[in-house]
Amino acid sequence: MSSSTEKGIGKIIISSSLGTLIEWYDFYIFGMLAKTISMQFFPEGNSTAALLSTLAIFAAGFLVRPFGALVFGRLGDLIGRKYTFLLTLILMGSATFLIGLVPGYKSIGMAAPLLVLLLRLVQGLALGGEYGGAATYVAEHAPKDKRGFYTSWIQTTATLGLFVALAIILLVKSNMSDAAFNSEWGGWRYPFWISILLVGVSIYIRLKMKESPLFEALKKEGTTSANPIKESFGHKENFKMVLLALFGAVMGQGVIWYTSQFYAQSFLEHSVKLDFIQNREIVLWAIALATPFFLFFGWLSDKTGRKWIMLTGMFLGVIFYRPIFSTFLNDTNGKEWMQRAEGRSYVKLAGQKNPLIKRDSLKTSTGILVITHTTNTWLLKEGIQFTETIADTSGIDNDGGNWVAMDNNPVYSGKILSTPLKWKFIFLVWIMIVFVTMVYGPIAAFLVELFPTKIRYTSMSLPYHIGNGVFGGLVPFIATLLATTVTNDPLAGLWYPIAVAALCFVIGFVFLDDKK
Amino acid sequence: MGLTCMIIAPIIIYFLISNAITHIKAGGAKDINQPIPWIIIIGIFTPIAIGLMIFGYYALKGEYENYTEE
Repeated sequence: MSSSTEKGIGKIIISSSLGTLIEWYDFYIFGMLAKTISMQFFPEGNSTAALLSTLAIFAAGFLVRPFGALVFGRLGDLIGRKYTFLLTLILMGSATFLIGLVPGYKSIGMAAPLLVLLLRLVQGLALGGEYGGAATYVAEHAPKDKRGFYTSWIQTTATLGLFVALAIILLVKSNMSDAAFNSEWGGWRYPFWISILLVGVSIYIRLKMKESPLFEALKKEGTTSANPIKESFGHKENFKMVLLALFGAVMGQGVIWYTSQFYAQSFLEHSVKLDFIQNREIVLWAIALATPFFLFFGWLSDKTGRKWIMLTGMFLGVIFYRPIFSTFLNDTNGKEWMQRAEGRSYVKLAGQKNPLIKRDSLKTSTGILVITHTTNTWLLKEGIQFTETIADTSGIDNDGGNWVAMDNNPVYSGKILSTPLKWKFIFLVWIMIVFVTMVYGPIAAFLVELFPTKIRYTSMSLPYHIGNGVFGGLVPFIATLLATTVTNDPLAGLWYPIAVAALCFVIGFVFLDDKK
Repeated sequence: MGLTCMIIAPIIIYFLISNAITHIKAGGAKDINQPIPWIIIIGIFTPIAIGLMIFGYYALKGEYENYTEE
C-alpha cells in the first residue's frame, strides 16, 4: 500500500460507510414502522394481504438477502466492486423512496400490498449485495496491518443506521399526533422520503470513487474469476472456508448482534412494557455510547488477532444474557411497585383524578358476564410512572345468582423509569452492544482475509448474510416458539441465541486460526 | 467436534419440522401458527443444516488442521 493511497483512505472509508449506513437505515425503517405499514397496506381480516405481509417480513430477510449476496457478490467479482455497490445503493434508495409513495390499501386495494412486497424484496436483495462490497472495497485499500481498524468503520454502519432510523422516526413522531403520524399520507412516510436525499448524496460521492486497487490489478493481469459462484462453493478449498466462516464466526456474531440490538428493544417494549419513547431513548443512548468500541476492537484486532476478540464477545453474551434480561424484568415488577407504594402511602394519581373504567357485557348461555377494566396511572415519589389495568369479572346467572371474580394479575404497562433506573438500563443495553462491537468490529477484516481477492465478494457475502439475516433474523421467531413451549420461563426465548453463540464459540475455539 | 456437528444438523431439521407440525393450526400461538414462515424457514435451514453436516465431515477428516488464511 503506497502512502499516497493510504492518504486517501479517509475519503474511501467515508464514501463506503455512508452508503452502507444509508442502506441499513432504509432496511430498518420498514421494520420499525411495521405496525403502521401493516395498517396501511396489510389490513387485518384479509387473508391474501396477511399472506403478503408474512412474505414481506420473512422472505426479505431470510430468502432474498442471501440471494442478493450471491447475485451481487458474483457481479462484484466479475465487473468490480465500485459499480456493484453503487448499483445496490441505487436499488435500495429507489425501493425505499417508492415505498413512501405507494397509496394505501384503502385507495388502490390489493395493488398496495403487492407493490410494497415487491419493493421490500428489492430492499432485501440490495442489502444482500451492499455489505460485502463495502467491506471488500475498504479492506482492499487498507494496509494489511490496519485492515481491522479501517474496516471497523464499515462495521459501525449497521448500528449507526439503526441509530439514525430510530432518531428520525422519533423526531417525526414527536412533532405530530398519533393520528397524523399513522394516517394514509401521514408522518410515517417522511423517513422513506428522507431516504432519497441521503441516497442522492451518497451516490454522488460513490460515483467519484475509483475501483479497488487489488481488483484493478487482477483485471489487468486477466486473472479475475470467470465463475465466482462455482469457484466459491464448487471448489472444496474455498467451500470449506465458507463453512468455517459461517459456523465458526458469523452465525454466533449474527445472534449476538440481533439479540443485543433488536431483541433487547423488543423485550423492553413487549415483556417489560416500557414507555415507547423511553425505550427508544435507552437504546439510542446505549448505541451512541457503544459505537466507538467498534473502532476500538477493530483496531485491537490488528494488534492481537481477530479470533479471541470475537470469541470473547460471544462468550460474554452466552454468560450474561439471562442475568441482564432477568434484571430488566425484576427491576420493573409492577406488583412490587404497587406494594411499595401502598406501604408508604406516597402514591398519587398522575394525569387523572379518577381511574378510567370501561365495562364490557357479554351474554352467555348461563347468564350475563360483565368485565370491568379499571385503569389507574400511578406516579411514585422516586419518579417511576406506570399504568395498572385490572380486569374484574362479575356475572349474573340465569337463575338470578350473582358472583364476582377479582383480577389477581393486573397488567402494568407504559412504565416510565426514574432517572437512576433509566441509566441502569442504558448501562445494561450498552454492555450488550459492547458484546456486539467485540464480535462485529473485527469480522469484516476476518472475512476478507479468509478468501482470495478474485472470489472475495461472493465468498464473504453469503456466509455474512446467512449468519445475520437467517440466524440473527430468526431470533424473534424462535424466541416466540420457545416462549410458547416453555411457558413458566419468561426468558426462554434467550436459549436460542445462547445455544447458537455457544456452538459457534466452540467451533471457533477449536478451528479458527488466530491470525492478525 | 466434527461428529457433534454431523449429529446436530439432522436434530435441527427434526426440531423444526416437528414444531411446524405442532404449531401450524388455526387458533395456535400468534406469529408461529402460519405455514408460510415455517415453509420459508425449513426451506432455508435445510441446506444450512446440510452445510453443517459437511462442515462436520471436513472437520472429522482433519481438513481444518493447519489451514492458512490468504
